Amino acid sequence: MGTRRVLPIAFALLMGGSALAQGPTYGVGRTPSAEEIRAWDISIGPTGEELPPGRGTVKEGALIYRAKGCAGCHGATGIEGTSPNLKSKIPAGPDVELWARGRILPLRAPFATTVWDYINRAMPLNREGTLTADEVYALTAFLLYINDVIPEEVVLDAQSLPKVKMPIGDKYASLPEWKPRTPRLKGYPY
Amino acid sequence: MGSKRPARREFLKSGAALAGGFTLGAAAPAIGQTPASPKMIKGDKDQIAYGDRSRFVTSVRIAHGGRPSPDAFGLVFHVAAPLQDSVGVITPSSLHFVGTTRGSYIPEIDPREHRLMIHGMVDRPLTFTMEDLKRLPSVTRLHFIECAGNRSSRRAKNVQESHGMTSCAEWTGVLLSVLLKECGVKGGATWFVAEGSEEVKGASSMPIAKAMDDCLVAYGMNGEALRPQQGFPLRLMAPGFEGIFHTKYLRRIKVVDRYYMNYNDYGHLDQDSKEAALSYQIGPKSVITFPSGGQQLPGKGFYEISGLAWSGGGAVKQVEVSTDGGKKWNKAEFKGTPQRMAHARFGYQWNWDGKEAELLSRCTDEIGQVQPSREQIAKFWNKPFDETFSVPGLDNSMQPWRIATDGSVTNGHA
Repeated sequence: MGTRRVLPIAFALLMGGSALAQGPTYGVGRTPSAEEIRAWDISIGPTGEELPPGRGTVKEGALIYRAKGCAGCHGATGIEGTSPNLKSKIPAGPDVELWARGRILPLRAPFATTVWDYINRAMPLNREGTLTADEVYALTAFLLYINDVIPEEVVLDAQSLPKVKMPIGDKYASLPEWKPRTPRLKGYPY
Repeated sequence: MGSKRPARREFLKSGAALAGGFTLGAAAPAIGQTPASPKMIKGDKDQIAYGDRSRFVTSVRIAHGGRPSPDAFGLVFHVAAPLQDSVGVITPSSLHFVGTTRGSYIPEIDPREHRLMIHGMVDRPLTFTMEDLKRLPSVTRLHFIECAGNRSSRRAKNVQESHGMTSCAEWTGVLLSVLLKECGVKGGATWFVAEGSEEVKGASSMPIAKAMDDCLVAYGMNGEALRPQQGFPLRLMAPGFEGIFHTKYLRRIKVVDRYYMNYNDYGHLDQDSKEAALSYQIGPKSVITFPSGGQQLPGKGFYEISGLAWSGGGAVKQVEVSTDGGKKWNKAEFKGTPQRMAHARFGYQWNWDGKEAELLSRCTDEIGQVQPSREQIAKFWNKPFDETFSVPGLDNSMQPWRIATDGSVTNGHA
């Protein structure tokens, strides 16, 4: 048994470090099933590949917004609440930059998937994780609609949601390419 | 043995009485006599199980930013560490700053039930139990965590209010690179998402280069299990990155090929690329903790000025102290060897002449970054340096403390 263990390692060493790095070193941990991964994976990226089946409309979203108590914290139209505004108080205009309209998630987010991800994982307060996929699609549609991002008739689902064009486009700073042992910004502060 | 105990107690009692008598009767006890014994704390079962500090030590955390915590709506729960009372570099676990969102929610997690899943762009997705993680090679490292909102202002009366959202502890766990190698990271992977298991499942994207460099999946803190306020049973340490990245209650790591725009990510977007570059990694920073705002010097004479310095860029290499508002800078000495992304304690020996003084410290880290003054930062951003100026991003500017002729210490920004 001892030799059986040693041989693959010796072989890997002969093949060079990269071959050794390919396989597990310790063999600790369990392989999760595809179903387990799906159930745990609530990260919805910009491509929307993780989105579950379901659909929702603006009208349904407006009803759910009231029924689930969203209005209680965010206000009846998304601006009167004690918690973050869901609609900009500053109207759009030719001379108004999007960044000047406030940190409004369904307006400033670069991808509509981010709005879906946020509602799904973090809302409503104290009842997180209780919304169905249909409800999250509908609420996302409603919030995008009140910010004039989508028209009223759009139905959101796993296919249409990632295709929504958010008004920010690519007008946000690209993220720094972080490297270890490197100053965060060359020339700062001197 | 039982029969001997009363005798010993009698002896102690009479000894205390004798010593007390001498203290009253004579200015100095004669050679060979013991001084008065202090009042004894009676031992009980609780002291066997988990020790307490002295009732004379009353240093506590406070709500950060002058807001009640949790505030009326429960949006913010930020508490600041009492740096003015700190010695050495380790913040006791009970006094470590806390930053969470949404009220004081702390998930009560049974470690036997807790799992960490690593998946996404890996050859072998894996799920680890706490027991699994403790089987793997561990590392123990000192690291600070600082909240990006740790910002001094004119309103701050003391160093707890101005700088208390940073703390430093000894963390024990498994390097994330070890776990990722076990899973086999696929080519093209550039970012990873770390996610907690609290109510909002807080998640942040970080560069995979950070994961492979020094991220730690930590289960230990200051020699024991993590505290619930610090992510029990498992948290991510992303040394030198803004506090929010140090994902508590770590349940999932997903390896991806782009910034994933989940939860915390959207809040990290900037309009200006220079501001974006200043996020993630914390700049070089230091602050004098003694003498500091609200403290009172009893009179002129010798004082060792003491403070903390840290940087997200690596170990602190040098600290300088000025006692004249920045005209002359003097090299401070380190108490121990500064560690990478850890608080370093410095000292500077000072004879106060009783005149007005302004104390400042500034540090330089191992990659040559120097802590700036507010004026220098304003100049960099091409903004007027006046009362309205606010440092963009995390504020790592120098903190002035003013000493008045009566020995009172106040905030130099005020």
